Amino acid sequence: MTDIVLETRGLSKNYGGVHALIDANFALRQGEHVAIVGDNGAGKSTFVRQITAVEKHTAGEIHFGGRAVEFADPLEAREAGIETVFQNLALADDLDVPSNLYLGREIIRLNLGPFSILDRRAMRARTVEALRTTGVKIPDVTNAIRNMSGGQRQCVAIARAAAFASKLIIMDEPTAALGVQETAQVENIIRGLKERGVPLILISHNLRQVFDLVDRIVVFRRGRIAASLNRDETDGNDIVSYITGVKGQSDAFA
Amino acid sequence: MSEAISTGGALERQARRPRAAEWNVLMALVGITAIFEVLGWILYGQSFVWNAQRLYIIILQVSIVGIIAVGVTQVILTGGIDLSSGSIVGATAMIAMSFAQAGMRNGQDFTQAVFWAEGWVDLPVIVPLVVALACGLLAGVVNGALIAYTKIPPFIATLGMMVSARGVANWWTKGQPVSNPTEAYTFFGNGLRGFMPVVTFLVLAALFQLALTYTKYGKHTYAIGSNAEAARISGINVERHLVLVYAIAGVLAAIAAVVVTSKNLTAQASMGVMYELDAIAMAVIGGISLSGGRGSIIGTVLGALIFGVIISGFTFLKIDAFYQQMIKGVIIVGAVILDQARQRKRGRG
Repeated sequence: MTDIVLETRGLSKNYGGVHALIDANFALRQGEHVAIVGDNGAGKSTFVRQITAVEKHTAGEIHFGGRAVEFADPLEAREAGIETVFQNLALADDLDVPSNLYLGREIIRLNLGPFSILDRRAMRARTVEALRTTGVKIPDVTNAIRNMSGGQRQCVAIARAAAFASKLIIMDEPTAALGVQETAQVENIIRGLKERGVPLILISHNLRQVFDLVDRIVVFRRGRIAASLNRDETDGNDIVSYITGVKGQSDAFA
Repeated sequence: MSEAISTGGALERQARRPRAAEWNVLMALVGITAIFEVLGWILYGQSFVWNAQRLYIIILQVSIVGIIAVGVTQVILTGGIDLSSGSIVGATAMIAMSFAQAGMRNGQDFTQAVFWAEGWVDLPVIVPLVVALACGLLAGVVNGALIAYTKIPPFIATLGMMVSARGVANWWTKGQPVSNPTEAYTFFGNGLRGFMPVVTFLVLAALFQLALTYTKYGKHTYAIGSNAEAARISGINVERHLVLVYAIAGVLAAIAAVVVTSKNLTAQASMGVMYELDAIAMAVIGGISLSGGRGSIIGTVLGALIFGVIISGFTFLKIDAFYQQMIKGVIIVGAVILDQARQRKRGRG
């Protein structure tokens, strides 16, 4: 069991009387890439928000790196090694690429408290390095994010996660707003993460992408985990029947 | 180009880096100056620029509000606004000046001194200075704390401070002006052969331009104005940073109060009225985006100079002061319209 990176036991979340997430038991192995699929409102994003402590879960446990954790806020989760690529990107548009990569964890040349002097050269050099490792092409990293295409911005967000995530990356619909070529680039980055053995949770609506990229597919339906299937032992029709509730009768007894 | 990553031209293409806003402001400054120069030769046969005295006045008359604008710029960069700086100048002027009074005037005891009975006259110059900075700091921290922790809009928080601080200015001496500062105190407004206000303005502007560019403080200021949520998720203590920014703006307003009272040798409760709006106007003309995240102190300094050139130019052309004000308003609105048009063009590009 030591190779389990993340495990949730009985994880539940209620919004008032609404049971958005019910008794989720989930485990992610070292180096494993898992996709989370499901209809809108099935609990996918809710599940991720509990793990990254954007919200406080109502019941259940989260184990990360072999011990029970109770993150107070997303920052703690990040410090523990969980990096998230948010649906809304969470980039500062007016800053350039190095500033965004190092936002909140700047490299300091001279510590003067809030007026600490930045080591801009080191941040730029390491940014170029991180982009190369992740396979992201940005011609001019000192340009403000505002002036970049949606794909480039998404790549910056992913590169930031990949550059710092030591233990786990979570991506929430990373290609939802992207064109075909940009999607392809993001997918290449994800394959690169697989090669480097960085575990990944990918929320996606795109079944073609899911089958292309991940080892295992977890289906959410009405706040519950309806199925957990190895990619090689299932197909698109199978997944769709779990998403729509044709299969997975446990739901009927809820 | 490794083929694993290259997915075609679309990704490598990147919108061309737009010209810095400061560049446009500089062009406007040069253009406006040129117009006055040409009109000067046509109407009066003399040069507008080729006059050391005029150049000095151009910058001197904007340097006191310019000091405030340096602070207001930083507030606007976070996506906020500070309407209280003019009133902070008023309150600080009254309070600081009352600690800066000399005991003698024209060889006689100066019995109108605020603290005359207590003998608090002829205090070392550090006393009024520290009192002033403390006033500005307190007002700024209250502004920042209100905005950061009660989440009320900056407009409202600083509007409240604007009204209350003006109240303090009136209450301090029940409306009486405070005058007769010590010799040492007059240095801040008249020292260095009268260049002290200009030097103070430019040194502070340079200092904060460097801070915005090269320090964590600057990065976080831009980040919060750009996307406060992203800043928070990235681990920046947004609340504490906002308090710091508003505190700096308060302290800069206090420094302006010291300079203006020292220069005028007197403090009045009505000092600094409209300064906040002039300071905001300088920042806006200087290309600072009111939605935050974009602009620099360099832009604000150039915006201040445009202000100075227009005022001096109108005086030079012997145009009535009424028209100056009317035109000033047009320029403020025009600057924002031009800036937005530029943004839209950039968005399409």
